[in-house]
Amino acid sequence: MPSRIETVATAAAAIAEFIGRSGFGDDAAFGIDMAVREAVTNAVLHGNHKDENKTVDIVLKSSPDAVEISVHDQGIGFNPEDVPDPTATENIMKTSGRGIFFMRTFMDEVDWLIRPEGGTTVRMLKRR
Amino acid sequence: MAELNIQERQAGDVTVLDMNGKITIGEGSVALRTAVRRLLEEGKKRILLNLAGVGYIDSSGIGELVSSYTAIGKEEGGQLKLLNLTQKLQDLLTITKLLTVFDVYESEAEALNSFK
Repeated sequence: MPSRIETVATAAAAIAEFIGRSGFGDDAAFGIDMAVREAVTNAVLHGNHKDENKTVDIVLKSSPDAVEISVHDQGIGFNPEDVPDPTATENIMKTSGRGIFFMRTFMDEVDWLIRPEGGTTVRMLKRR
Repeated sequence: MAELNIQERQAGDVTVLDMNGKITIGEGSVALRTAVRRLLEEGKKRILLNLAGVGYIDSSGIGELVSSYTAIGKEEGGQLKLLNLTQKLQDLLTITKLLTVFDVYESEAEALNSFK
């Protein structure tokens, strides 16, 4: 998908359509939707810097136990441990920096992989 | 249809923005920012955001609420308050520890009185 802001809503709608048929409750579906939006937003803005020559790819794997969503960008990657805690007193009034916090809050597993061939993948898992 | 519809009305010297839709990255966040900045330019700096119709907000939208709160707070006598949070929005503000920052009301009359 192209690296533009509109991709966030497009991707979220596609995933939500699938999740809606997958037996997740409303709260879980809301959380997955939120996490997908934040992951795609990060890929578009911070990974690919809105360079439309770069793409964001999304892979969804569903099993009886869980759904796994991976979002790939073509960025150079980052260390998630370097991202400040947005709930720390000194960060509460910041206008950005809550995306990864939401992804970790709403999904059961979130990890990042800097791929050897280039680009970054965030993998998010939600158990049923 | 726009992602976020904002209707403006005046209640004494408080400007109420009735918001319907999503406050998410792109159009929704920009609509909120534009509305608040315009009110400040018009000298309207006591603002009540009625969020009853906002069923969805993302980190960008929450950032825009914080940005609006800060911008209005910088104005002499400026105040931003929130009205009618949906449960989801209240949950998000709770986990981000912002619920204690914002002045939040469930009754419009009570909210309007609090500006006095």
